[in-house]
Amino acid sequence: MRALVAALLALGFAAAAQPRDVLTIGITQYPSTLHPNIENMAAKSYVLGFTRRPMNARDADWALVCLLCETLPSLENGQAARETTPDGRPGIRVTLRLREGLRWGDNTPITADDLRFAWEAGRDPATGFGPAEFYRSAYELIVVDPRTVTLRFDRLTFDFAAMGDFQPLPAHIERPIWQADPRAYRTRTQYDTNPANPGLWSGPYRVASVQPGSGVNLERNPGWNGATPAFRSIRIRTVENTTALEAQLLSGQLDMIAGELGLPVEQAAALQRRAPSRFRFEFRPGLIYEHIDTNLDNPILADRRLRQALLLALDRPRIVAQLFEGRQTVAHGLVNPLDAMADPDIRQYPYDPARAVALLEEAGWRLAPDGIRRNAAGERLSLELMTTAGNRSREQVQQVLAAMWRAVGVEARIRNEPPRVFFAETLSRRRHQALAMFAWISSPENVPRASLHSDEIPRAERNFSGQNYPGFRHAEMNALLEALPIELDPAARRPLWNRLQAIYAEELPSLPLWFRQDAHIWPAWLEGVRPTGHLSPSSLWVEQWRVR
Amino acid sequence: MRLSARLVQILVTAAALSFVFYMLLGLMPGDPIDLAIMADPRLTAEDAARLRALHGLDQPLLGRYLAWAAAVLRGDFGFSRLFAQPVAALLWPALLSTLVLLGWAVGLAACLGVGLGVLAALRPRLSPAVQGLALLAQAMPGFWLGIMLIILFAVWLGWLPAGGAAEEGQGDWRFLLLPVATLGFGQMAAYARHAAAAMQGALGEPWIRSARARGASEMQVAFGHALPNAAVPLLVLLGLDAGALVSGAVITETLFARPGMGKLIFDAIMGNDYNLALLALLVVAVVTMLGSLAADLAQRGLDPRLR
Repeated sequence: MRALVAALLALGFAAAAQPRDVLTIGITQYPSTLHPNIENMAAKSYVLGFTRRPMNARDADWALVCLLCETLPSLENGQAARETTPDGRPGIRVTLRLREGLRWGDNTPITADDLRFAWEAGRDPATGFGPAEFYRSAYELIVVDPRTVTLRFDRLTFDFAAMGDFQPLPAHIERPIWQADPRAYRTRTQYDTNPANPGLWSGPYRVASVQPGSGVNLERNPGWNGATPAFRSIRIRTVENTTALEAQLLSGQLDMIAGELGLPVEQAAALQRRAPSRFRFEFRPGLIYEHIDTNLDNPILADRRLRQALLLALDRPRIVAQLFEGRQTVAHGLVNPLDAMADPDIRQYPYDPARAVALLEEAGWRLAPDGIRRNAAGERLSLELMTTAGNRSREQVQQVLAAMWRAVGVEARIRNEPPRVFFAETLSRRRHQALAMFAWISSPENVPRASLHSDEIPRAERNFSGQNYPGFRHAEMNALLEALPIELDPAARRPLWNRLQAIYAEELPSLPLWFRQDAHIWPAWLEGVRPTGHLSPSSLWVEQWRVR
Repeated sequence: MRLSARLVQILVTAAALSFVFYMLLGLMPGDPIDLAIMADPRLTAEDAARLRALHGLDQPLLGRYLAWAAAVLRGDFGFSRLFAQPVAALLWPALLSTLVLLGWAVGLAACLGVGLGVLAALRPRLSPAVQGLALLAQAMPGFWLGIMLIILFAVWLGWLPAGGAAEEGQGDWRFLLLPVATLGFGQMAAYARHAAAAMQGALGEPWIRSARARGASEMQVAFGHALPNAAVPLLVLLGLDAGALVSGAVITETLFARPGMGKLIFDAIMGNDYNLALLALLVVAVVTMLGSLAADLAQRGLDPRLR
């Protein structure tokens, strides 16, 4: 018996002594493609963070940093220069230089030709790249030398240095496929037909194999010339059901759950209570802005005092404390407090039911015997409150909101719809009658033109494009939204941002609720993961992850 | 009806279903580009219009169906937007995985259910216990049972994986046990109740008395004479259950993150992947019809009156 126990112990120690060279990560979404430019989604962004590098990205401190480029282009260092476009508009010329020694996984050097191919493919509308604003604006690319290109843009905007999705694509593999038939490129690209080709990848890892719908296996990229990553292999597993995801973590099948696509905060907080020492938890505020869009064409909501009263009647800190264990950041406007342009002095609406009642009285809404206010014409102060059906967390919040509003004499009639109906039919055609609760995903210093400019109000004659669902019309806001993108001086932009936030807080076209937090769950032995809280995933810095 | 006529009937039904499924999927609110817009705030209205034209989503629904049908006749089942692969290439591994799951689940359900049903018929004093167990199995929601099994066997005991599929070098059976138990347990109830009723009916028949009079043992009477006769309605049940089992697989595969047809259909519909959803639904419909046909054939084999 002793011998058996000793043997088992020895086996245990042998297992423990083995280096941890495989990391298994759980996420809730499967990337629909591995091509860097076709169809954007959080899962793809997370997986590609390990396997390819964009030119630059925002880091955990929200600063724009070079990843493939040598230096960030700026007017000061001469890599950016104002110029006039051939048709006489203000434009800019930006020079990008690739770092020395960059190689694809098959050891082919990454060169300006790879950037040229990416630009050529992006410029062709038939290629099927996702957001193509960059390529429409970059009307010329000049190859200066094998590591340097100059791009000429037909617009001058403050974020000219951020290259977004523009990154080298392996021309030696992908160009012949694209040239054969640009329209068929999205179905023939090797990123999806042969993702294990090492020549596709420029990051610390390369894709070794994929199991459609289930997972992606990564191995170290032999062509990577940066710091060697800690793990020989990374396995990314997709488990959509968060209960099953948690179970796989607890059973040891998964080492960690990525916060970018992980458990809802309330589930993660409950897990933290149950297993506080088994994992490391980090709750990182992000850029997902939960709010309630009004419909300003509704005569009741057209009155600003009423919108302000609705917000004053909500005890948002209490909702966050009770439903989300305090793990959301109460929002006072649409700009995240972590954003450099956030105005800390923005008007705030603390819970103040007395002030809410006073505003409602001032607006002519008097309390009736049934507890719901009526105006002089006898109309009930009753508003429809919509959100996405099946989202348990939102439906719980909705109940609390309705109760808080009822306490000041406002009736909220709940009518929910499945997400595809809610977003594709109701919101996008402005068919919500009063209030619609949902979230926006944003990025640092993202000018909210699409959601606040009056030109962006969805209407039939514009084929319902635009996302100004409240129907907000404000001449000064329009002017600010047009001035902000073309103001290159951050110091000069700040007062514009402050004014934008002040108008938003005063007018309340939408009622701010909170900024969502991401729940990152790591094994106790993993360190160096730095969540960013924005669209650039933590996996972009995987070479800094270490085993303790 | 002759076998060839039944097969033609299945083909015609599948063609009609392809039209119905295509129209239903096409009439769902939103399209893949709407989903892309929600996921990527940088997609402009111009991008959306360009992508809709590129994917043919700006064409009338009927025209899209005819183009799809023409491509299918050429052997091109289309491309999955969700998995960036030809639909046919995705479908067969998923179908195989689901058939393995369903095969084991049906096997478990049939063996356990029929065994319990026979026991209840042969030992009437055990009948209330069997009926109670069957009621419990039928009333227990599959997803709840699945979660309980995961907590017990994967989280607490650590004996089995909580879900997913086998990695290279791992035995697939370990990943199958909990999904099979979850799917099979609920199904077992119906077999137990029907088997008990059919066996009780068969045991009361005059030819059973004759068999006993000829000196056949109780085992011979039960398994040699009564069970083959009681099996006929059970085969009908099995045929009718093929569709229900596939829908059960949706829940099981989603809960256990097991790649298969159920999960594929769920993902395809939620992700507006029309090509994949359409073909997957059609395959399930054809498998259900073939299951029904197989049950009919087996029934004919067992019951000479049907020949």
